[in-house]
Amino acid sequence: MRALVVIERLADGVDELSLQALAFGRGLAGGPDVHALAVGEGGADLAPLLGAHGVSEVHVAEHEAFVSYAPPAVARAVVDLVERLSPGLVLAAGSDRGNEVLARAAAMVELPFAANCVDATTGDPLRVTRQRWGGSLLEEAELAGAPALLTVAPHVVAAAPVDGAEATVDTFTPTLSPDELAVRVVEHVRAEAAGVSLSDANVVVSGGRGTGSAEGFAVLEELAELLRGAVGCSRAVTMAGWRPHTDQVGQTGTKIAPDIYIACGISGATQHMAGCKGAKKILAINVDPEASIMASADYAVIGDLREVVPAVSAEIRKARGT
Amino acid sequence: MRVLVCVKRVPMTGGRIVLTEDAQEIDTAHLGFTISPHEECGIEEAARLIEAHGGESVVLTLGAAEAEEQLRDAMALGIDRALHLDSEGSEWDGQATAEAITNAIRAEEAASGTFDLVFFGNESADAGGFQVGIRVAHALGRPCVTGLKGIAVEGSGVRCEQEVPGGRDVYRIPFPAIVTVKEGLNLPHYPSVPAKLRAQRQPVDTATPARQEQRLRKLRLVVPESRGKRAEVLGEGPAAAERVVEVLREIGVA
Ligand SMILES: Cc1cc2nc3c(=O)[nH]c(=O)nc-3n(C[C@H](O)[C@H](O)[C@H](O)COP(=O)(O)OP(=O)(O)OC[C@H]3O[C@@H](n4cnc5c(N)ncnc54)[C@H](O)[C@@H]3O)c2cc1C
Repeated sequence: MRALVVIERLADGVDELSLQALAFGRGLAGGPDVHALAVGEGGADLAPLLGAHGVSEVHVAEHEAFVSYAPPAVARAVVDLVERLSPGLVLAAGSDRGNEVLARAAAMVELPFAANCVDATTGDPLRVTRQRWGGSLLEEAELAGAPALLTVAPHVVAAAPVDGAEATVDTFTPTLSPDELAVRVVEHVRAEAAGVSLSDANVVVSGGRGTGSAEGFAVLEELAELLRGAVGCSRAVTMAGWRPHTDQVGQTGTKIAPDIYIACGISGATQHMAGCKGAKKILAINVDPEASIMASADYAVIGDLREVVPAVSAEIRKARGT
Repeated sequence: MRVLVCVKRVPMTGGRIVLTEDAQEIDTAHLGFTISPHEECGIEEAARLIEAHGGESVVLTLGAAEAEEQLRDAMALGIDRALHLDSEGSEWDGQATAEAITNAIRAEEAASGTFDLVFFGNESADAGGFQVGIRVAHALGRPCVTGLKGIAVEGSGVRCEQEVPGGRDVYRIPFPAIVTVKEGLNLPHYPSVPAKLRAQRQPVDTATPARQEQRLRKLRLVVPESRGKRAEVLGEGPAAAERVVEVLREIGVA
């Protein structure tokens, strides 16, 4: 079967999640007939890299619309290729943009769309297993119609280079209507760099309702600083206004994958765990030995975080002789 | 200005998801229900816009009869009135949902005028389809920006901000427009007791759209395997600190 994979570009290459989607698509297509769409100038430069990930042909959509992200224009490029190549499968990464572009393409061609798939089996109809509740629940479903449009949930398959030839390049110009040119990024506001970011930190010290107040986070901040980590929190905390939403870990917050997640006074609701299940290790500090988080944590300390956390900081200082 | 917010009733699943015997639904016998956090922010923003600019705000849901509870919750947060599309219990896929909502918007606009702005959540909390707002925008031929964390009215349109790695992307689109939003757009307020009481008397119009054929057809739900372990207890109270630091060192972070 022929697969078309929509690639998200970085300044110097291809987003890792797109390479994962390529590996997934190649497996599902069951053969070498794998095409990729890269929009914008310089797309042809990606041919060696994409070839090494199993792409036979890279389609580069060129148009002045692509100088910044323009979601309807990208979706139109996808639809143009669908009409020209008649693929059986159209895939993208289950990222914000991947989901957006495929949903728009699905709307244009009036087909169903399955977001964040973790597995799929070809057949008529195609069967998928996809994530619900930010990955806390899976759904097995049938996807009617052709082509099948789906995105691949992040980090369920690894990018997999193959011994392949360099991909051939086809350049085309999609025909865009004024409406499709009207929605685009017109400005980028840079974030002020403020220490270690939550999504990149190796250590995250996170607080829940058990911290009791905004001031209750002082002991967590101290520990995070000693470990050169970031501070996170649960939704109970953001709703109380103790921390900004940018600190929230979970299904509707940030998804993180640190070396260790230290969850203090957090009960372990499924929606919270959806954000931190990528952590290599989880340490729960909780007064309640029966809290749900105990079923997903690797380590636990049973006790009041207001005593345990400062004691851990003191122990680190003692060991460092500071 | 006229603003519509579309919301979905979802269960508050707590620490563990339990399915019904036929694996078609989450067993909600012991659960409460809520509006997804993304959509709560949509409600808050709609109420603030109408407070600032005047006009009318409307909340819409496609859901079971019990979803009236979420419509009343939205009105307690400042929305003027409600439209209930009764799904007659079952869940609808993204395409069928979008079609029912598109038709309802057309009918409502024919009667009361165009919505300058329609809010959706970026994705529903339960099904996570990432498509209903986009499909409705396409059907109505309106511009749509997704996943907003910031919005401001500018003249006869809106300035939209999306969080992306390293900062924020900005879009400007004219009215009438559709936006999908994420939690963090604002901090929703808690409803007052008088507002809750008033919401019980505010109008809810009900319609029963025909359910289309499901083209993303759910076969069954599966709870993913958990890590299947109990945490190793390192100790109790501050006395555990020494063991904790040992573990941090083993992991290589202390
Ligand atoms: C659609 C949806 C999306 C959601 N998205 C998110 C999300 O992205 N992120 C998120 O976090 N939540 C999310 N939630 C909310 C989630 O369901 C929980 O309500 C929330 O995570 C609970 O936060 P918590 O653990 O801090 O509070 P609680 O559940 O109240 O737990 C507090 C814990 O602290 C312990 N404790 C109390 N005092 C102390 C003390 N002194 N020392 C040590 N331990 C103490 C208690 O034993 C308890 O375990 C979402 C909910 C829904 C319905």
